Amino acid sequence: MTTATASFINIGERTNVTGSAKFRKLITAGDYNAALDVAREQVANGAQILDINMDEGLLDSELAMVTFLNLLAAEPDIARVPVMIDSSKWSVIEAGLKCVQGKPIVNSISMKEGEGPFREQARKLRRYGAAVVVMAFDEKGQADTFQRKTEICARAYRILTEEIGYPPEDIVFDPNVFAIATGIEEHDNYGVDFIEATRWIRQNLPHAHVSGGVSNLSFSFRGNETVRAAMHSVFLYHAIAAGMDMGIVNAGALPVYDDIDPELRERCEDVVLNRRKDATERMLEIAERFKGGASQKKEADLSWREWPVDKRLEHALVAGLTDFIEIDTEEARARSTRPLDVIEGPLMAGMNVVGDLFGAGKMFLPQVVKSARVMKQAVAYLMPFMEEEKRRLGTTGTSSAGKILLATVKGDVHDIGKNIVGVVLQCNNFEVIDLGVMVPSARILAVAREQNVDVIGLSGLITPSLDEMCHVAAEMEREGLDLPLLIGGATTSRVHTAVKIHPNYARGQAVHVLDASRAVSVASSMIGRDKANYVADIQTEYARIAEAHQRGQDAKRRITLATARADALKLDWSSYRPVRPSFLGPRLFRDYPIAELVPYIDWTPFFATWEMKGTYPQILEDEKVGPAARALYDDAQAMLAKMVAEKWISANGVIGFWPANAVGDDIALYADETRTSEAARLFTLRQQIARSTDKRRHVALSDFVAPAGSGVADYVGGFAVTAGIGEEAVAERFARANDDYSKILSQALTDRLAEAFAERMHQRVRREFWGYAPDEALGPTELIRETYAGIRPAPGYPAQPDHTEKRTLFDLLDVEATAGITLTESYAMWPGSSVSGFYFSHPESFYFGVGRVEADQVADYAARKGWTITEAERWLAPILNYDPVRVEAAE
Amino acid sequence: MSQATDFGNPTLAAAAQKRILVLDGAMGTMIQRLKLTEADFRGERFKDWPRDLKGNNDLLILTRPDAVEAIHRQYFEAGADIVETNTFSSTSIAQADYGMESLAYELNLEGARVARRAADAVARETGIPRYVAGAIGPTNRTASISPDVNNPGYRAVTFDDLRNAYAEAARGLVDGGADLILIETIFDTLNAKAAVAAVEDVFEEKGVKLPIMISGTITDLSGRTLSGQTPTAFWYSLRHAEPFSIGLNCALGAREMRAHIDEIGRVADTFVCAYPNAGLPNEFGEYDESPEAMAKLVGEFARSGLVNVVGGCCGTTPDHIRAIAGAVKDVAPRAIPAVAPQLRLSGLEPFVSAA
Repeated sequence: MTTATASFINIGERTNVTGSAKFRKLITAGDYNAALDVAREQVANGAQILDINMDEGLLDSELAMVTFLNLLAAEPDIARVPVMIDSSKWSVIEAGLKCVQGKPIVNSISMKEGEGPFREQARKLRRYGAAVVVMAFDEKGQADTFQRKTEICARAYRILTEEIGYPPEDIVFDPNVFAIATGIEEHDNYGVDFIEATRWIRQNLPHAHVSGGVSNLSFSFRGNETVRAAMHSVFLYHAIAAGMDMGIVNAGALPVYDDIDPELRERCEDVVLNRRKDATERMLEIAERFKGGASQKKEADLSWREWPVDKRLEHALVAGLTDFIEIDTEEARARSTRPLDVIEGPLMAGMNVVGDLFGAGKMFLPQVVKSARVMKQAVAYLMPFMEEEKRRLGTTGTSSAGKILLATVKGDVHDIGKNIVGVVLQCNNFEVIDLGVMVPSARILAVAREQNVDVIGLSGLITPSLDEMCHVAAEMEREGLDLPLLIGGATTSRVHTAVKIHPNYARGQAVHVLDASRAVSVASSMIGRDKANYVADIQTEYARIAEAHQRGQDAKRRITLATARADALKLDWSSYRPVRPSFLGPRLFRDYPIAELVPYIDWTPFFATWEMKGTYPQILEDEKVGPAARALYDDAQAMLAKMVAEKWISANGVIGFWPANAVGDDIALYADETRTSEAARLFTLRQQIARSTDKRRHVALSDFVAPAGSGVADYVGGFAVTAGIGEEAVAERFARANDDYSKILSQALTDRLAEAFAERMHQRVRREFWGYAPDEALGPTELIRETYAGIRPAPGYPAQPDHTEKRTLFDLLDVEATAGITLTESYAMWPGSSVSGFYFSHPESFYFGVGRVEADQVADYAARKGWTITEAERWLAPILNYDPVRVEAAE
Repeated sequence: MSQATDFGNPTLAAAAQKRILVLDGAMGTMIQRLKLTEADFRGERFKDWPRDLKGNNDLLILTRPDAVEAIHRQYFEAGADIVETNTFSSTSIAQADYGMESLAYELNLEGARVARRAADAVARETGIPRYVAGAIGPTNRTASISPDVNNPGYRAVTFDDLRNAYAEAARGLVDGGADLILIETIFDTLNAKAAVAAVEDVFEEKGVKLPIMISGTITDLSGRTLSGQTPTAFWYSLRHAEPFSIGLNCALGAREMRAHIDEIGRVADTFVCAYPNAGLPNEFGEYDESPEAMAKLVGEFARSGLVNVVGGCCGTTPDHIRAIAGAVKDVAPRAIPAVAPQLRLSGLEPFVSAA
């Protein structure tokens, strides 16, 4: 289980009777079951903390708080997130604190009644164990100016940290958001006062956080949701930049800052930042125009706007245009009997065109994902109407092609491919429930049952995930599920699915899906009328694969470990003097300049992510995919520029060097130059392939390091870099705006930046830090072709297929504490956009694949690592040249 | 936090910095060996008590203090630095099963005194300081789980009920001379939060400060507490107690506990304590892992740098503690990791904000 982290913490506001009329009605009516559904939905939609407020005059707020929290504790899918106990009454807060086993946040306390009661409440909170929101409020009232806000917060901070012993990181200040653009001059600077107070707090009150209730800001524009949302978005943009890191806000409803009409955005900024005297008048001037959600964008070619509405929707879908989608959807809705007719009629028809073009190879994945963005926004627009209809008529009436649950399995964090599959399926009218990354099997099965899904799709990128997929399949079998199980992701294969996963799941059917473009046809076949024939075909095919694999297994002869060792690569150490690195031990690079990494990006894999095959830059001129590739490349460049300029993400890296010598197939890393005490030991695996003719040696990584008896003082280095600090928040921001295209684009880019970081760091290692190639002058292309001296193999990849060696590397470099990259139980790195590996400097070192290994090496390796044979077989499963179960049975 | 503070006991804190401390083993297993009768449990004082008393092990503090003291001695002689008072069920809530609510304070007071006598005697004889941990068990009720499946909002006990009962127990333990307070076998974190609040209430009332040890229980292989928290979420819920140690005991053997103690050790910036059962129960419900086998596993915890305090729970005996003490002797204690100051919250799962 890894921990949720966030840079801007979004607090769900719907379980708040003062913020949600719906929730208030449910609570006053005593319908707690429906109220729990509101909470559940918020958590499912990504709320990281649930704000619970029962301050309503007609309610017994204490009782309502206790009842709701007690019921909530019985719902594991809701109770997994922390709560914010929100009340202006201390008695309600205290009643709530007595019901939660987790660590909550209390919202709020203040010095409204003086320092005495404030101290008393703070002491009690400390005893209950809670973080606390402190309102900038004292005996004289709520703080309105920068001066008052900062003075009160500083005083509260001093009392809490110095007198009460409150940990500063558990303090959240709310410096009061007030309404602006009210026509009263004293109110004009309120936005600026908040933003500047935020900046001051973050700079002067270490570790404390800043939060605020944003909706007050636009109070004078009640009824004009477009303008309100734009003001909130602009305000948050600046407040977050100043350090606001928490907010009670319905973020899903806010437009992305960059997507706000430029004219509206400018006037919002004028009022929020109090940039001109007439800001309020100018805001009022244009506000009416934006009422009702229409934005007035200027388009180059708008002739298609003259077409009938169905054609306009189709055009918007195919071309990926979102500008008019709400107006057009509304027009179609107004003409239809039911809102659902719009989805099933013109929108689906448009998506069918997209599907056909994609199937015919005339559209490419990035374009399809853009189409999906249009579709999602249209559906989001229709949702309230459908809910309204459901309330009125009690009808449901979805007619999706099927319900699919998608998850990246436990221990794995990679989800770009899975996200793409999700989008493509949605485009084809499948309902997709995406459980995200690192999902344990129990949760997959539970949701599959609860939601009554038709298909489960599992994804994973690193090799230990293959095992976890087998486990999920076995669990499905054990619990009696009979659903198709789709398997996808970089290390998965048809053979693995047939040989390892399929036999675990006799009741249902596991199917390997090669890429996103096949997902639809496989999913449709698995739930369609012709399922029986399709399954029969697969089973025949898998039986054949398994049999062929079995035969192949027997044929793949290996030599013994002893023979392989005798044939090790023997470099000539007598004449070789390794260069001593410029420093020993780890060195941290925090917040590495992203701009410096951009030129090192290898774009070819970026296009491969989008299932566009071809080498960069030739792909841009390709006859077939060229135009789509160029459009994607332009979007990527634009986003990359913003990413760098606005610091969406940050990059950390840590590298290190140690005195090292080979000891057999191990490499001993020493604590210092005396080479007497070992800081760590790296274990390496040796090739055992039987080669009849060629003269290549049977290599292990240890062959590239001078042996312990040689008298040669050699070294080994290591690194871990990430460009993913903040990537999750970026992806979430786009997901909330129903913009999967930008989400996937941002993920693909951070992935590339991490690789670029590894490349750049390796270059600096060769030239400066280790300095064994100070005069190297290679351009980016040569770097990508790996023509430099020395290698940087990564644990879990061909030269060292054992992912667990990452643990050693991470401990040596103290990666978790310094660079902020963590390892999951399957040794995937989190954030996902991270790269790690070892540095070897010998000019004759090269990248190789260990290939399959025999039982003798597994036993030897297990003994060296202090593992049982079973553990070794588990971690080396993908490269075993034998079936562990079979060997055991034969003995 | 922990490196800067002595937790109210500088000698103990200094010892824990230097070496792995050893806690005692099971009391119940040792009492069973004595094959005591109903009459032994009743003694003279409770000979006419209207309910059966056999099985109320804590009561032996009052009726067979000699037997309890002898067991404490055996554990000290086996190498324990710390023994737990025989007060696991000495709260008014747990004693209600025997109608003995009114004895709660006395049980804790005398329980601490008995253990104190053993500790002082052995310390005098050996010249090594020995400590008494005043044990506070979970009670037999849960504050965040309903016992009635049809009424999930119902609670059989409230936070305030627990806080009062725990405070009464803590008062007895402090008055009787306990060196530490050990809140143990926590299967519902809300109970433990009530216990922490109660213990701090009592410290404030008496103007003292003793080190607090906190030990949760992962009830099965799901890796969560009975109330559903992950080990990390459990730690976040209780970190405000600034405990001397956090850790796990009971329900699992050392082998099954390893991953969870490892998880806690990675996030907790204080000492870590593990005292597992002697394996998982066999087909007769007995814990039968041998002292050697258990010591091998616990010794590996130590060598892997996972622990600062070790001991045994169900099924363990002085032989187990002797073997464990031998296995961790001369092994460096776990180094307390530095933890960056970030907002850490929890529901059933942990939440961490960016700095």
